[in-house]
Amino acid sequence: MTFSEKYKDEIAEILSRYPVKRSALIPLLYVAQRDQGYVTESAMKDIAQILKLTPPQVYETITFYTMFNLKPVGKYHLQVCKSLMCALVGSDTVIEWIKTKLGIAPGESTADGLFSLSVVECLAACGTGPMMQINEDYYERLTEEKLDRILSDLRSTGTSPLKSGPFMWPEPASAEQGV
Amino acid sequence: MPKHELILLKNMMQPGYTGSLADYEKTGGYQALRMSLGKIAPTDVTTMVRKSGLRGRGGAGFPTGVKWGFLPKEYQGPRYLCCNADESEPGTFKDRQLMERDPHQVLEGIVLACYAIGAETGYIYIRGEMVLASKILERAIDEARAAGYIGKNILGTGVNADVWVHRGAGAYICGEETALLESLEGKRGLPRIKPPFPATHGLYNKPTVVNNVETLANLPHIINRGPEWFAAIGSPPKSTGTRVFCVSGHVKRPGNYEVPMGMTVRELVYEYAGGMRSDKPLKAIIPGGASAPFLTPAHLDVKLDFEHVAAAGSMLGSGGVTVMEEGTSMVWAALRLMEFFYHESCGKCSPCREGSSWLVQTLRRILAKRGRMEDLETLLDLCKNIAGRTVCAFGDAEVAPIQSTLKHWRQEYVELINEAEAANLIRPEPVRH
Repeated sequence: MTFSEKYKDEIAEILSRYPVKRSALIPLLYVAQRDQGYVTESAMKDIAQILKLTPPQVYETITFYTMFNLKPVGKYHLQVCKSLMCALVGSDTVIEWIKTKLGIAPGESTADGLFSLSVVECLAACGTGPMMQINEDYYERLTEEKLDRILSDLRSTGTSPLKSGPFMWPEPASAEQGV
Repeated sequence: MPKHELILLKNMMQPGYTGSLADYEKTGGYQALRMSLGKIAPTDVTTMVRKSGLRGRGGAGFPTGVKWGFLPKEYQGPRYLCCNADESEPGTFKDRQLMERDPHQVLEGIVLACYAIGAETGYIYIRGEMVLASKILERAIDEARAAGYIGKNILGTGVNADVWVHRGAGAYICGEETALLESLEGKRGLPRIKPPFPATHGLYNKPTVVNNVETLANLPHIINRGPEWFAAIGSPPKSTGTRVFCVSGHVKRPGNYEVPMGMTVRELVYEYAGGMRSDKPLKAIIPGGASAPFLTPAHLDVKLDFEHVAAAGSMLGSGGVTVMEEGTSMVWAALRLMEFFYHESCGKCSPCREGSSWLVQTLRRILAKRGRMEDLETLLDLCKNIAGRTVCAFGDAEVAPIQSTLKHWRQEYVELINEAEAANLIRPEPVRH
């Protein structure tokens, strides 16, 4: 079944949000990525047809954005923020911990295909650094113990209660706190 | 600790507040919408916002009501409102909290803005990484639509305003308003040459307003309590209201603090954020996100409002305040920020595309103790040839860390180069792209 047949209803709903079809490009690429873990060439061609674009028009857009994968990544994609604000509170150390614990460098995946590591720029969680994103979830104020627990949770259950949100920082100490 | 009234963070500070529609309505939510739609003329809403003195909270600080007033009055076709939720400026993390903890406050602001400018469609362009925030917003939109606050014939007034969440996909430049529009149109997020401005030629070439999340969240309060109330808060007449300052770096209590504009850096850092994490003295402050030039301890008594921060040689920008302690290498700090800008340059303009790479390589060489004294002039020369020579303000932003660290801590650069010269370590570094 092609991409457009498989997600017919979802595609129609997305298209209904925009007066110009091409605006649906990024949302449709997300659907394709959710389907396979990355955006396949056939999905790109299918999306081009749906939006009345040429495949190069889809390709030129997809390559501009960092969140689309053009090849498979691990089941859990660890993205550690290395920007200044996280670096001030220890993100370089977190990267070293992950490299040691998983035996992979940024841009690599573990042999079992479970984990991939990327080093990324700011994820807008500067007050709770060091932090990382794994797939759709943020993990903040990382310590080595917390990292161990997250990796263990993901291995055993596929999710971790240590993910954060809804975001509030600092947490109010009491109801009458003024700041 | 000084006490003051919270506006934007007030609801979420209440124990048990979940951000649901029911919770928001209990706190007086959507009253501003009930008071306005069909009762106050859209032009009068714009006048109220102009009188409040509200300025954009995303970075540039342009007066919101004035921006709305630029839309062509005679134009009869579709208009658009875009909520800029592409929060990507290093040091800034306030919009995420506003969206995740009190989404209806943002949505009410969006519908009020749609009403004021005559837009029947609003898009929330949210950075792609913020998946939870986008899910929370989508849920809130469903709730608001079911309750008649969003959609066709809102509250039976005949006003239409539909709102959609549109996730970006990891490009900092899409926070620049014209790049945001390009991206929303399904293209690479390259900034457009201005003029024409979005007010006349925006999304799909139609009149469009782009407003930041925090800016829009202020609107229900301005309508409910009047523009004079808002205009009296902060540092009138040019910096009114509160700001949600995001404090990060070497402080004891980093986080989001909503304070009236005009509070000093010292109060924010030492009274709200708890002072320095260790007992080391403060060395450097970035007052408004990565694009803002660094300040020094000599600026601790600078008031955090648009005018005073500008007079001190920096900018209030997005409200991201980053604090660094004594012992932090300023050359390293400049490099880390420069690596961000190099990574995020969209590549449209040669000075930025090529210059950011050159700046990173030069800084890396100096930090690796392979620098030469003439590198300092090269850095400044590059900065001079990038700033003001690009389509958007990205070029000005990327030179700020280098120019300001060279201005205040030039000696640190010199010492690294002296060490290199003493050890005779100078040798060419291979060019990496």
